[in-house]
Amino acid sequence: MADLTTDFAGVRSPNPFWLASAPPTNSAYQINKAFEYGWGGAVWKTIGDPVLNVSNRYGAFEFGGNRLVAINNVELISDRPLHINLREIAEVKRLWPDRAVIVSAMVSSTPEAWKTIVQQIEDTGADAIELNYGCPHGMSERGMGAAVGQVPEYCTTITGWVTAVSSLPVIVKLTPNVTDIRPPARAAVAGNADAVSLINTINSIVGVDLDSFELRPNVGGKGGHGGYAGPAVKPIALHMLSQVASDPEFAQARLPISGMGGIQTWRDAAEFLLLGATSLQVCTAVMHYGFRLIEELTDGLSNWLDEKGATSVQEVIGASVPRISDFGDFDLSFKSVARIDDDTCIKCNLCYVACDEGAHQCIDLTVDGAIIDPAAYAVASADLPHHASKPQPKVREEDCVGCDLCSLVCPVDGCITMVTVPPLRPSVTWNELVRTRPEVTTDWDAMLEYRREKGIDIH
Amino acid sequence: MQHHPLSLQQLQESFTETYPAYTANEAVVEANRCLYCFDAPCIKACPTDIDVPTFIRKIATGNTLGAATTILESNLIGHTCGRVCPVDELCVGACVLGEEHRPIAIGRLQRYATDHLYQRGVMPFDPVPGVGKRVAVVGSGPAGLSAASELAKRGVTVDVFERSDLAGGLSTYGIVVMREPVTVSLDEIEFVKRLGVKVHTGVEVGRDLDPQRLVAEYDAVVIAAGTGRVPDLGVPGEDLEGVIEALPFIAATKMAEKDGLAALEQVPVGNEVVVIGAGNTAIDAATIAKRLGAERVTMIYRRSRAEMTAYDFEVRFVQNEGVDIRLMTQPVEVLGVDGRVTGLRCVRTELGEPDAGGRRAPRAVPGSEFVIPCDQVIKAIGQEKLATLFASFGVATERGYVSTDAELRTSNPTVFAAGDCARLEGEALTVTAARDGKIVAQAIAKQFGLPTKVVSRGSVDRRNVVGRPIMGAPERAPGGVSSEAPAGPAGGGRG
Repeated sequence: MADLTTDFAGVRSPNPFWLASAPPTNSAYQINKAFEYGWGGAVWKTIGDPVLNVSNRYGAFEFGGNRLVAINNVELISDRPLHINLREIAEVKRLWPDRAVIVSAMVSSTPEAWKTIVQQIEDTGADAIELNYGCPHGMSERGMGAAVGQVPEYCTTITGWVTAVSSLPVIVKLTPNVTDIRPPARAAVAGNADAVSLINTINSIVGVDLDSFELRPNVGGKGGHGGYAGPAVKPIALHMLSQVASDPEFAQARLPISGMGGIQTWRDAAEFLLLGATSLQVCTAVMHYGFRLIEELTDGLSNWLDEKGATSVQEVIGASVPRISDFGDFDLSFKSVARIDDDTCIKCNLCYVACDEGAHQCIDLTVDGAIIDPAAYAVASADLPHHASKPQPKVREEDCVGCDLCSLVCPVDGCITMVTVPPLRPSVTWNELVRTRPEVTTDWDAMLEYRREKGIDIH
Repeated sequence: MQHHPLSLQQLQESFTETYPAYTANEAVVEANRCLYCFDAPCIKACPTDIDVPTFIRKIATGNTLGAATTILESNLIGHTCGRVCPVDELCVGACVLGEEHRPIAIGRLQRYATDHLYQRGVMPFDPVPGVGKRVAVVGSGPAGLSAASELAKRGVTVDVFERSDLAGGLSTYGIVVMREPVTVSLDEIEFVKRLGVKVHTGVEVGRDLDPQRLVAEYDAVVIAAGTGRVPDLGVPGEDLEGVIEALPFIAATKMAEKDGLAALEQVPVGNEVVVIGAGNTAIDAATIAKRLGAERVTMIYRRSRAEMTAYDFEVRFVQNEGVDIRLMTQPVEVLGVDGRVTGLRCVRTELGEPDAGGRRAPRAVPGSEFVIPCDQVIKAIGQEKLATLFASFGVATERGYVSTDAELRTSNPTVFAAGDCARLEGEALTVTAARDGKIVAQAIAKQFGLPTKVVSRGSVDRRNVVGRPIMGAPERAPGGVSSEAPAGPAGGGRG
């Protein structure tokens, strides 16, 4: 069984799964319970200046009958008195010496305020401090949270104040509400941070009630933007993780990254690890299903590592980072085509309509090998075997552009596969064209000439 | 006989709809499983072409009224069909999820949608101005109602004549309560009336109204009269007390349900019941006898399982009810004491050569006689054709059925026939009757010079959608013609 032990900027935990700073880490009661279930660590719900919360606080994005594909919230940092939080943090750490206990903090932007909170956190015996530069609502209007994270200079300055006085590792939590997450990440490096974590929640309006016209969540008839999290944000989190993980400037500092944003299953976790996360934080999934999820997360991850022949989780961290590239460096000659397995095809013909109306018109519907007009074809009546009488989709491989849409809409696993076929011409990238044949990239006539020369046929 | 071992409460529980209505959540969960197939086989397997994926998607999005409208656009008696259709043989049987997955419960979803609309009393169709044409419909069963309502949607003035006290035909009197409560049928008739159809009950054409007068006074007549009474068995003892017909027996339970189920106690049922026949009606009669408290119910049929018209699921159902089915068994005499049935003398049969209808004819096996003791015999051996009625309309018949062309026009060009009375071939289902009604309405509309298709607001007949190439664009034909090929003529794109 693979070793899941994690060492993150000197913070050790028995597995890489930490509870993210959020409602599930609001109290000693919750974190004690989570640790009993086996969570590797927890980032305490952000402590700091006094706040008052509202109700309602959460709204859900539902899709196709699935609850909580994402959640949005206007909840603030901890509204429990600071001294109670500090006392409970100390108690939890004393009870659980082998777990990572990290404290998220957010205070007014003065060196004194930060120095005070750092000392208070150090006194609890906690393992690390996470600077909440991401909270997108409520606190940002007061000059905290995302208001800091969105301005790299502030990020560097405040991180510098904290690292100057802290003996604990300092993790900077980055906001996704920026056009490029790399400058804030570099700013954290410049402030001598020990690590970064990402992503915090995304600005969002989660929905409008079609009966009352109120926004969700609804606070006495009003609503506003809140932080968006959960499974639906995972692709955005993976993108931002990949940007930071593959940034040469960030890489020089060799800082670990704690990844989060939509992790619900071990599969999600594995993807974050492959793209360079050393520890993983989870919130929405626990808000939905509870702490018991940790069993599936560790067991699934461990089995996958065993299957891949990895003896430790360390071996897969960042394994996909070398594959992170850009369009300009993609091989324009790479070619794959869709192939449909007639035997497992259930003939729903979603691939046909997707290709015909949403892509490149290279799937036909056939009966006994002959192309038919789908509108005119009638499936036989009750007495005939239905399966046999349904039209069969067929790919015209010579026309297929390899876009992959058909296999994405196919409801049967493994029925449509994208088959790599030998390239018809030597490998070339767009960037190479820009260097060697610049006119091709700027002039349509030159492009058409280039296509003729290379035999590139686009129907 | 006439003893009711079951309490009223037990009876009431036995005579409620088998499947409970879907809750909103159940419906949405099931609807979300639908793949929304492109050329969905369920549509093509539906005799009335209901756009199943569209109505299911509307349920999934919370547009349940829209879902019901989609159903009713294709089938105005969809409220009944959602309950009585043999969906496993039609739409559900065609579902692409059927092979390795669990097919979508299309019938239950259809019922959920139409229940939603009916409970709210919504009329989804706009009123249509009259076109100055009048049509008489003889019979208010599924075929008659479908024809009448489809015609009303086209602005035709329709009078429906029904000999019974209540309209609805089989839906009202003949489908067992467990599949379709009477209110469903009666609500459907009210819906049809709201479309403008006038329904005259208690009026028997041929007795109270002269068929020739109808032909003369109306621009067209639709005969949708169904079938007549059960023919005689032709065996001694048939007139003994305790020998009854299946349909009135079923109808008695329907009327009892209509009046609050207490009257179920008054429906006479034997302790040992023999049902003669093995079609849908026989299945229903046997089920009802059992549910009314009969100790032993035996169905007898003179041919083998292969010749039975009942579906597999019906046979399984009735066997689960505890009914015995004795095949290759033919009645030869009803036995009785003091004028009351005491048993049915039967003979074993063997099958000979196929008869004119293609079914193998049974022959009695000599010396194989035996007696099934019983105190009630229910005849469910099919119904007679309404030969007198057809003759009085002067329309040609074939093997007793009204003969028609593909548009269901009889030998008289202004007289049409729909439903079981013209069912020379094909299955006698409610949904095929509904289809007949649509065909007749289209044919009559065409004859009147009206639009044959009526498409309501917001719906598209997808069969009319074809891809049209842009002028000057290179043609791409299926089969791999690339842009390098010479351009084809304009308008030659893919259909």
